[in-house]
Amino acid sequence: MRKWIASLSLGVAVVFAGQAASAQSVKVGVMLTLSGPAAVLGQHARDGFNLGLKHLGGKLGGLNAELVVVDDELKPDVGVQKVQALLERDKVDVVVGVIFSNVMMAIAKPVFDAQVPLVSPNAGPSPLAGKACSPWFFNTAWQNDQNHEAMGKHAQDAGYKKVVLIAPNYQAGKDSMAGFKRHFKGEIVDEIFNQVNQLDFSAEIARIASLKPDAVFAFEPGGMGVNFVKQYAQAGLAGKIPFLSAFTVDETTLPATQDAAVGMIAGAHWAPNLDNPVNKKFVADYEKEYGQVPSMYAAQGYDAAQLVDAAIKANGGKVNDKTALRDAFRKASFMSIQGKPFKLNNNGYPIYDVYSVKAVKRADGKFATEVVSTVFTEYKDAYSKDCPLQ
Amino acid sequence: MSTTLFVVQLLNGLQLGVLLFLIAAGLTLVFGVMDFINLAHGVQYMLGAYLAVTFYALTGNFAYTLLLALPAALLLGLFVEIAIFRHLYERDHLEQVLATFGIILFVNEGVKLVWGAAPLNIPVPELFSGSIQLMDGLLYPVWRLVVIGSGLLVAALLYVVVNHTRIGMRVRAGAVNAPMLSALGVDVRTLFTAVFGFGAMLAGFAGIMIAPILSVEPGMGDIVLILAFVVIVIGGIGSIRGAFIGALIVGLVDTLGRSFATDIFRLFLSASAARQVGPAFASMLIYLLMAAILFYRPAGLFPAKGR
Repeated sequence: MRKWIASLSLGVAVVFAGQAASAQSVKVGVMLTLSGPAAVLGQHARDGFNLGLKHLGGKLGGLNAELVVVDDELKPDVGVQKVQALLERDKVDVVVGVIFSNVMMAIAKPVFDAQVPLVSPNAGPSPLAGKACSPWFFNTAWQNDQNHEAMGKHAQDAGYKKVVLIAPNYQAGKDSMAGFKRHFKGEIVDEIFNQVNQLDFSAEIARIASLKPDAVFAFEPGGMGVNFVKQYAQAGLAGKIPFLSAFTVDETTLPATQDAAVGMIAGAHWAPNLDNPVNKKFVADYEKEYGQVPSMYAAQGYDAAQLVDAAIKANGGKVNDKTALRDAFRKASFMSIQGKPFKLNNNGYPIYDVYSVKAVKRADGKFATEVVSTVFTEYKDAYSKDCPLQ
Repeated sequence: MSTTLFVVQLLNGLQLGVLLFLIAAGLTLVFGVMDFINLAHGVQYMLGAYLAVTFYALTGNFAYTLLLALPAALLLGLFVEIAIFRHLYERDHLEQVLATFGIILFVNEGVKLVWGAAPLNIPVPELFSGSIQLMDGLLYPVWRLVVIGSGLLVAALLYVVVNHTRIGMRVRAGAVNAPMLSALGVDVRTLFTAVFGFGAMLAGFAGIMIAPILSVEPGMGDIVLILAFVVIVIGGIGSIRGAFIGALIVGLVDTLGRSFATDIFRLFLSASAARQVGPAFASMLIYLLMAAILFYRPAGLFPAKGR
């Protein structure tokens, strides 16, 4: 009998505690790719978001933050199922996600229809930047073309006349080449399409060597990039033919490529050595907390936490009125990891500076990227003019 | 398209073929001798690479790494055979496929828990870290030649063991008629376990040798597994010789296709169309080849006798 009373009173306490919490808490659904070969990107974004939350004292806009973290498995159908569970079962106030654009295109409509703000810490597909833009969509990373365009501009500014492009044979690979060509006016000697998830690039590398270009531009995300970079260096081309890349040489692949990648150039809006107080704190605490150098994916996750926090603050610490919360995202003000006030373009994409960065071995023996030069100042993507939003 | 470029690409194809042979040899033995479909064979290759990373971190020496990782790969192979696969021999192929596919998922996620999701690597051994100038501006890493050489050596050893030793005779006999072999007093169960462990070790060896060239990451075995199946289907299931020839054919056709398909299409298509069609055609080439071979030789090029 005593036991029964005890459990009853415990139950009552839990119910009351639950009510008390819901009165002043915000529920955030975090959907990232956390399994499969590309899991490392999602893990970095999640760790960055968690660190941002920790720096904010576990609160977003003064409300206790409750996270529901789910894995989209890099499958659009799984993403739709899980985002519906987040919206209908968990009744989240904000959705933060996702890593990949194909998943984004699948989940965007259900989230917009439910009138819940969607904050992307990575994926920036062109439809959502242009004609199909939505007032419910906010991005703390980039439009997908940005880093490719930056490398095209870099090649143009460096005076390269002949460039070979290489990318996997799928839509993102073709978009990458189109992005590169937008600002590069020289000659494209060849466009090489390799198979998706190709392991051995010896055939492609022999071809590049035989063409003798002034520079190579590569878009080989994930493990493909590790293989390509290592084999490129082993073939003696590193240092001989300048290597420009996007989403290929960064802190997620550098632990594997190590010395092979040193000196290679990439397009990015962030690097660990950006000299500003926000970034210094972020990088130092991230390395302490997770024992590795943060990547731009982690930085974007960190900014996503800051953006949600600032938006709720701008809305007076309330999340009940979704339209008011949505409009507050545009009024959100905070210092981004670039050390400048965060600004959104009309299409919900950020207005960041874009840099060319170089892989280096730091004094402590770890590998990281460092800013070489600023390629675009206050970059606005090419699609924003097609977006009807003001 | 110069002659040197062609020779370099031939060498690249040979290297891919040798790698595929190391993986396909174990697969074809297990499939041929035990009539067991092991989708998890690619996992053994992946584990070989991960073991190499671990032992390299401990010893800092590739020779020790090889000496430690090979027995470890063998033990892992024996362990899964005794713990799991042994109970599946009597089941039909569909159940074997399902069970071994489950093992792929399990081990891929397990690897991620132990080693993390980020790709890893080990450096090329000091002794073989140099390279040879094969054509203007292109160095060919000595390590790739070592991979080719060691693969050919394993092929020769396998040929001698399978065709000219008593153990090899029993393996061949087991493939033709296991119950009869058992009736003659040979412990077929132990023989199968040994064959399985050996096949796993070969795949592990491939993983160890390739770790300095490729990124070591979860799921790296899944891609080569498909190619390995193409190899054994082309070569004839259960035949080591078939696996060897099949692996070289697949390696060469795939590499040469990737290298020159675009150029060939450019002869009669516009440049931009050739860039679209060439890579697509190159990636289909080995499957077209497989379909053609199966049409004319349904049992593969070198079917194992008695099947």
